[in-house]
Amino acid sequence: MALTQERVDERLRAAFPGASITRQEGPAVRDYTLFVSADKIVEICTFLRDDPELEFALLSFVAGVDLMPRTPRFEVVYSLLSLTHNQRFTLKVDLPDENPRVPTVCGVWPTANWHERETYDFYGIEFTGHPDLTRILLPDQWVGWPLRKDSPLGYQEVAFTHNTPNRTKPAPSLTKLKPKKVKYRAQ
Amino acid sequence: MTLNMGPQHPSTHGVLRVALELDGETVLRAKPIMGYLHTGMEKQAEYKTYTQSIPQTDRMDYLSPMSNNLAFCLAAEKLLGIVPPPRVQAIRVMLVELTRVSAHCVWLGTHALDIGAMTVFFYCFREREKVLSIYDHVSGQRMMSSYVRVGGLTMDIPEGLLDRCQQFVDEMPAHIDEYEKLLTKNPIWLARTVGVAPLTAAQAIGLGATGPTLRGSGVDWDLRKKQPYSGYETYDFDVPVMKDGDAYSRYKVRLMEMRQSVRIAHQAIARVREFGEKGEYRLRDFKYVLPPKEEVKTSMEALIHHFKIVAHGFFPPVGEAYAAVEAPKGELGFYFVSDGTPRPWRMKVRSPSFINLQSLPTMVEGRLVADVVTAIGSLDIVLGEIDR
Repeated sequence: MALTQERVDERLRAAFPGASITRQEGPAVRDYTLFVSADKIVEICTFLRDDPELEFALLSFVAGVDLMPRTPRFEVVYSLLSLTHNQRFTLKVDLPDENPRVPTVCGVWPTANWHERETYDFYGIEFTGHPDLTRILLPDQWVGWPLRKDSPLGYQEVAFTHNTPNRTKPAPSLTKLKPKKVKYRAQ
Repeated sequence: MTLNMGPQHPSTHGVLRVALELDGETVLRAKPIMGYLHTGMEKQAEYKTYTQSIPQTDRMDYLSPMSNNLAFCLAAEKLLGIVPPPRVQAIRVMLVELTRVSAHCVWLGTHALDIGAMTVFFYCFREREKVLSIYDHVSGQRMMSSYVRVGGLTMDIPEGLLDRCQQFVDEMPAHIDEYEKLLTKNPIWLARTVGVAPLTAAQAIGLGATGPTLRGSGVDWDLRKKQPYSGYETYDFDVPVMKDGDAYSRYKVRLMEMRQSVRIAHQAIARVREFGEKGEYRLRDFKYVLPPKEEVKTSMEALIHHFKIVAHGFFPPVGEAYAAVEAPKGELGFYFVSDGTPRPWRMKVRSPSFINLQSLPTMVEGRLVADVVTAIGSLDIVLGEIDR
């Protein structure tokens, strides 16, 4: 018989009787999603990977979500895939605005390494115990967490004749953005 | 010694940089460094309506725009709870399989070029150009087609397209034979790929690899078979799997996949013909999908729907959805969080190139520098998709 997502939920609740596990409700929540507590995430993920009835051997992705006016503010989404039982399952962890941190699952799935770095890069969520928690897509010296909702998209004003007095020179707003002088060290 | 390979190295397929720690010619440690093409697509998507984000997806994996469009639209359709008509699904399958052939052609050409087989490149790009002109015919654009829309297609397929596709799939098997004749038993090719860049099945699963990288390591996993979408369960095809997990088996898997894609495209073309060369190309659910232009000109209600969708997009329900397709490079998925407004609250791209690249250090550590080139080539990465 094929593994159902309800069965995964049942197995998980039976294995962790004390932990807080709640299902995400909503008319358009299209995937079966469980909220679990952040401090239990490594044990729960190890169980989901190793239990012979479940075998979620592949971590599909880890994503951060900023739900800004809401408290707790952040969510970390883990999407799991069981190759042997052909089933997907989604776990979520709620994190507060101040010091969002969650233990890393790198020890469970090595692929989590880059996913967690990406989430850290975009949201500033700290994955404790991560072997190399550095920025991955943005430059190392970048300041701020660009995918947070309080981080503006940013734009450059388009230079038209009405806002550019002398067309041979760039618009005043553009002159502010001079390229930084970079000193190259002699090898 | 530390050696920087890239970001301008010709074999890194774009702007990938790999910091290699070497002992003589042996790689001790490899660290991929990327982000040179990062354009913040996930952030930008939060400021655009769903339809406005579709052209962005073309620019991710610019070798397979149709697959990216399809993944995006399937995720949005899952969120909305709509299913497009069967004729649309058949056209999508036909174009996506041609995309797979063309993406694999580019992969084979560049991969062979990296290793030193120049000729294959010209043969492969000849066939790829044919697929691009089919794109041009169907959408008006050679590369950035943006043809698939939420709930349907941009427009109906033009006259003569099916004959063109049919001619292409009739000719293609002979061309694949040509590639095989050049490479499969070529002693130099075998010396450069057999046993090089190995990845065991357990390593591949742990590292989250998907697509031909995973199938080349002996894991029978194809979303088209296992979790079918767009009616793939009704097509007759096989999933090629190779056991060895080296660069050569990934090469074999991709070549066999091209043959299977041609086989699926054959069936899809026949199916589209059955539905008719002209016909339904969009779902008739005008809360989410634009009504046909003829109706807009005659019906008041259609005009209102048209105006509402063009002015501020469709309103999905509050919720979230993840949908994935088997793109040429692996599992490409989109994850949407919706707050009920026409713009997604969060769009996450699960890009296969990014995740497959993570297995590069495992493949090359303890091996020679020259094998790094083979390993990068056999992974089939596109930097636009890695950096997004």
